[in-house]
Amino acid sequence: MSDLYCKDLCMTFADPMSGSKVEALKDIQFNLKEGEILTVLGPSGCGKTTLLNMIAGFITPTSGTLSLGGVDIQAPGAERGMVFQQGALFEWLTVARNVDFGLRMKGMGEEESRELVNFWLDTVGLQGFGETPTYQLSGGMQQRVALARCLVNDPDLILMDEPLGALDALTREKMQSLILELWKKTGKTIIVITHSVEEALLLGERLFVMAPRPGRIHREYNLPFAEMGLKRSLREIKQEKKFSTIREEILTMIWDMEEEIMGGV
Amino acid sequence: MFDWISDNRASIALVIIIGLAVVFVFSIFVGVKQTGLRAKDEVFGDPERTKGGWYWALCGVSALLLVWFYYSWGAARAVFPTAANELCQVAKVEEAMSPISAALPVGSRYLKSTTLVVRNAAQVDKLAVSMPAEVFTLREQAKLTLAVAQIKDLLAVLSSPALSDPAAKSAFLAVEVSLRDVAKRLQADYRELQPQKEALQQPKWGTSEVEIPLLPVTGKGVLLDSVTQDVQEVAKAFLKVRNISPQAKQLIADTKEILKELKTPDPLMQLDEAGEGTRNAYVKAVDRIFKRIDDGTIFPAQAMDGVHFAVNEVFASLAVAKGGLSVVESLFFPGHGVVKSRTQCTEQGSGRWLPKPTDVIATFSTLANPDLESGGGYKGTTLLWWKWLPIADVVAFLMPDGLVDMLPGSYGTHGDSGEFKPNYKDRLLAFAQGDVNLGSVPMLDGHIWDSLFRVLVAMGFGILVGVPLGIYMGVSRFFKSFFDPLIELYRPVPPLAWAPLILTIFGIQDDGKIFLLFMVAFAIMVISARTGASGTQLSKIRASHSLGATNGQILRHVILPNAMPEILTGIRIAIGVCWGTLVAAEMLAGTTGIGFIENVARTVSDYELIWVTILIMGLLGLLFDLVMRWAIAKIIPWRGKG
Repeated sequence: MSDLYCKDLCMTFADPMSGSKVEALKDIQFNLKEGEILTVLGPSGCGKTTLLNMIAGFITPTSGTLSLGGVDIQAPGAERGMVFQQGALFEWLTVARNVDFGLRMKGMGEEESRELVNFWLDTVGLQGFGETPTYQLSGGMQQRVALARCLVNDPDLILMDEPLGALDALTREKMQSLILELWKKTGKTIIVITHSVEEALLLGERLFVMAPRPGRIHREYNLPFAEMGLKRSLREIKQEKKFSTIREEILTMIWDMEEEIMGGV
Repeated sequence: MFDWISDNRASIALVIIIGLAVVFVFSIFVGVKQTGLRAKDEVFGDPERTKGGWYWALCGVSALLLVWFYYSWGAARAVFPTAANELCQVAKVEEAMSPISAALPVGSRYLKSTTLVVRNAAQVDKLAVSMPAEVFTLREQAKLTLAVAQIKDLLAVLSSPALSDPAAKSAFLAVEVSLRDVAKRLQADYRELQPQKEALQQPKWGTSEVEIPLLPVTGKGVLLDSVTQDVQEVAKAFLKVRNISPQAKQLIADTKEILKELKTPDPLMQLDEAGEGTRNAYVKAVDRIFKRIDDGTIFPAQAMDGVHFAVNEVFASLAVAKGGLSVVESLFFPGHGVVKSRTQCTEQGSGRWLPKPTDVIATFSTLANPDLESGGGYKGTTLLWWKWLPIADVVAFLMPDGLVDMLPGSYGTHGDSGEFKPNYKDRLLAFAQGDVNLGSVPMLDGHIWDSLFRVLVAMGFGILVGVPLGIYMGVSRFFKSFFDPLIELYRPVPPLAWAPLILTIFGIQDDGKIFLLFMVAFAIMVISARTGASGTQLSKIRASHSLGATNGQILRHVILPNAMPEILTGIRIAIGVCWGTLVAAEMLAGTTGIGFIENVARTVSDYELIWVTILIMGLLGLLFDLVMRWAIAKIIPWRGKG
């Protein structure tokens, strides 16, 4: 069982010049079971991305325990795939070479990886685009490539840092469906960071609302909408009474936090 | 074929000029029409308005070439092939007249006599007040005062019309009459006059080392040429005239006597060495002024009035004789015209330093001719050709002798009977020194190749060393901080400032220049590779870490390609800077290369060669840039699209 286990996680950034300290995260504590999809919401500066970077292994927490499947997270690894806001694709490679990047780095030959690459390109809806240079793709398609590149590596955990933030509303909705579809199909554990309350509600089986100063988990929800989204259209779900009630509740919560920050300055 | 083209370059130029004029007019016509058509489609400032416009490009190029033809006198030569020869004859007359006109206010402000009187009087006065009395006895002082007074008297006598030499007066009259005769002769009918056979066989204008043919080839020229000989006689007579009247003769003799007595110091004075020096210098100064006027070349101001009139008459007559030639000269010979000096007629002004386009091509063809024996190439090296290169030389270049020295064992010694058997070390040394026969490969050769080779080798080393270092500097705190000061200390020094030092250390052969260029290329490559590497988006690096890439793989598969645009731009810049530095370095030292040719051409004022080298350098620079632009478009089509 590759659960994500997170206990008493603290992150303090110290300015080496002035010596001033900022508590980015304090006492974060949660467990994520395999196959769960978690969304993280919060005002800017609440440490969402810091949390994600720690799980990815890009930064080391000041204190606390962080482990995936019983193994402590020390450094970045292929078992934790990452999808960034702006594809972070390698523009000098074609779509197929981007997707098989991880496999090639592991030493797999082009012949062996071809089938896998084609499978995942089909899955994300990019069949036939293998030889296209990535810079010729639209933003939505680039994110599909990023998803395929991550999935082809078969990670235990997928981390998404505002993956749909730069997309237009229509593309965004399609991509949200795609993410749910992939979640269902692969059964991967997924953490999605987002700015959009609706997106957090739609994608999250679990939802953390984080608060700033110090960054902490303010409130946790368990939501039915992700399961519903697998069967019904997302637009219908948004019409649900319960959906709009929670959305308003969270919006007010975040609004108050932002007010507090602004007032504090 | 080549000779025919060379001989008929003037006519060929005419065809080209007419073609250019047609293109010029045509392109303006098309341009104006197109401007009218498009004016309504685009507002002012719209970048679309700069697109296209081949007709204006044609217009610009043809205008430039026409201006070149005009100012280089190429147009003049094409339309009036004999004009320069006639102007040369005019210049001959002017040269022959010059001794006479130099004495008169013709082309200068004052009479030569006026200048002489004023200058010498001023200098004598200055000497009179600065006499160092302490080194002369009273008697000597009196003598000196007398000498100075007599010099001033002499100036007065020479300037006085009443006291001047009557013989001079009649001599000037004779000169005046001869000059009027010359003026008349210039108006003679020249239509019947035939040039000499010899004159017609001269090489044409601009086809040989002698720019303008000297002997007259037209009737007008023959007349002017023959008048020149008369003028030379008159000028000779004029220069012989002296103004030595009896009074002047007496004064000259007296002063000479006094100055002669003063030459040896009075023994009573007992001067030390320094005192004697001062004394002799002063006497010599007075003597020098005296010697300047004792030849009687100063005349009263009115003495040469008649000659002056006659000279003006000659020049007026010359202008009439020139006739249409004056118009041609002022319209088609911009610059300072044709000047005759001692043995040849030369073009002056833009006609001199701006070679005619056709002559540039002719010079280039001579230079490009690979057959050294028939006068091709330059200083024993072709411009661009090939030769057999012994492989042993390449091996010797790449393999330092010291490598063999480091091997175990020692070199062979001579045997008891004086024989020498080389051991393995001796044989290896022969390799390292190129003393073996390994066959040959065809290799490019020539001045252009030598220059190219230096740039390419230096660039190669610069890229091989600079790019890896730059990339490491872009990703590692140690590499960045350790090497940054070293590179930033030497890089800002202009490359040419290093040249004297490096050329002294390495010698004038290729190694020094290559090392100098390597320094240039290395710094640029390090900086561009570093900028490229450190500019990699963090998300790309993180993505590759998450995809399981190792550090080495990230360096090779992410950071290097990401830095490629910067690296290629760096190469493009480095080649440009290397090219500029190389030419200057070749000018400092060396025996081959484009810069070398230009430097030698400079020392002998061979303007055509200088322009040819400038054009070659420009074209090669353009070629480098085009190749790099093409390479950039081919290798990194993704540039700027990440």
